[in-house]
Amino acid sequence: MNAILTFPRRLAAKIVGLAISLLVRFLTAVRPDWRGIEPVPRQRVYYANHVSNADMPMIWSVLPPNMRRTVRPVAAADYWLKNKLRAFVGPEVFNCVLVDRRPEAREAGANPMQAILDALDEGSSLIIFPEGNRNMTEDPLLPFKAGLYNMGTARPDVDLVPTWIANVTDIMPKGEVIPLPLICTVTFGAPVHVREGEDKDTFLHRAAASLADLAPKGERL
Amino acid sequence: MSSTTAELLWLFVGTCGLMTALTLLGEILHARAGHDNPVIETFMTRVRSWWGMVILFTLALIIGKLGIILLFAFTSFAALREFLTMTSKRKADHLSLALAFFAILPLQYLFVGMEWQTLYTVFIPVYAFLLLPVVSALRGNPDRFLVRVAETQWAMMICIFCLSHVPALLSIEVAGYPDDRGVMLIAFLIMVVQFGDLLDFFFGRRIGRTRIIPGISAKTWEGMAAGVLCAAIIGALLAWMTPFSVMGAAGMAALASLVGMFGNLVFAAVKRDRGVKDWSHLIPGQGGFMDQFDSVIFAAPVFYHLTHLIYV
Repeated sequence: MNAILTFPRRLAAKIVGLAISLLVRFLTAVRPDWRGIEPVPRQRVYYANHVSNADMPMIWSVLPPNMRRTVRPVAAADYWLKNKLRAFVGPEVFNCVLVDRRPEAREAGANPMQAILDALDEGSSLIIFPEGNRNMTEDPLLPFKAGLYNMGTARPDVDLVPTWIANVTDIMPKGEVIPLPLICTVTFGAPVHVREGEDKDTFLHRAAASLADLAPKGERL
Repeated sequence: MSSTTAELLWLFVGTCGLMTALTLLGEILHARAGHDNPVIETFMTRVRSWWGMVILFTLALIIGKLGIILLFAFTSFAALREFLTMTSKRKADHLSLALAFFAILPLQYLFVGMEWQTLYTVFIPVYAFLLLPVVSALRGNPDRFLVRVAETQWAMMICIFCLSHVPALLSIEVAGYPDDRGVMLIAFLIMVVQFGDLLDFFFGRRIGRTRIIPGISAKTWEGMAAGVLCAAIIGALLAWMTPFSVMGAAGMAALASLVGMFGNLVFAAVKRDRGVKDWSHLIPGQGGFMDQFDSVIFAAPVFYHLTHLIYV
């Protein structure tokens, strides 16, 4: 009975999802570069640089449909539950794992990692932005938060895949109003794992370095 | 039905016949060589993309002038997007780049559509050339300024100005050549250039020995000579589409094809400089729009001006 009642909502979520991926592809002509991994459905955590709100829809759009079905972006509850539209798009279209960034809003004793680990135990792949916030600086990456390390130690079998989103800053630099229709590339690098006995900071540095490595090379043109 | 429409239909039927032959050839090669020969796989993907282009182009021809203008404006947009993705830019260029996409490109095609020849031949080489650097300079970042404005201008010349000379052929008036036959001239230009390229590729594989620019492009002098010769023959056979004599059509076809092939070499050097193999991946099997139309882009303005110079 429940399945019948939710059917229109799920159908709407499917259609909205398709529309978003078509729109993203039309506006940015985004394309994937599978440099370090194959586009096969395998359990992975895609960790990416974060400069704009379009980052997550772009990664989501370049994944083939069979991979898109099992991938769940980890996103901020305070952002995605702000109004009804976001609450539909975030949890239902993108199937987000919602995590509250504000400790005061969490229930006493609730562990925000638990929702993420539960999603991994269900077999889902994840998209996360380990910088925690959008990078508004000139540096390529902000220091990573501990989440990636905690996932890597708690579920060591899962591949942590560095995912670099290029060109977004050229399309819409800070303070500009008109987006340029340039071509974006999402580059997937070789997976990393937490090594035996590796401490948190060493691992996070190594993970950040393999992500920054995927950025287009050479002097800035 | 006017005679031009009837001839367009015949042309479409003829092209479809040829495409069917190419598709069959690909399938036969497939059956013989198996499914993992990369050359045949590439050939088949290309044939499929050509089918798409033939159908789109025919639809545009049937709609008429508006269809042609919109088709090439869209192609310009796609080419400009590929080109400007590769060029040097700073935040200070954001407004000038936005103007290139959303003001200069539509205006150029508007001028072409209105047949304002004095405007569309000078708009980008004069006005955009002088004014866009002003917009960038006013935002005040001098870092690699000359490189930035030069690359932006080159992008606009190639992707907007040159490409818009294909639909500009519609406005050419030759005595004794009916007005509505401009579409035939466009079909002529594109067919001789693209078939010249195809046969250059084919003969280059078969008899090509001497690379023209070793290490940058696979083009060979032998392939190019054969391609240009074939383009001349095709041009002579298609002379009925043009205001030219049979010899004139052969000459114009050979010239357009030759210029186009050198255009292809120029873009090979640009791509090598930027460290990419293709401009983008938007057309399956062909790379980007720039990869598909590089030869037409170079050939169009030359073909346009020579037609003006000699025949008008």
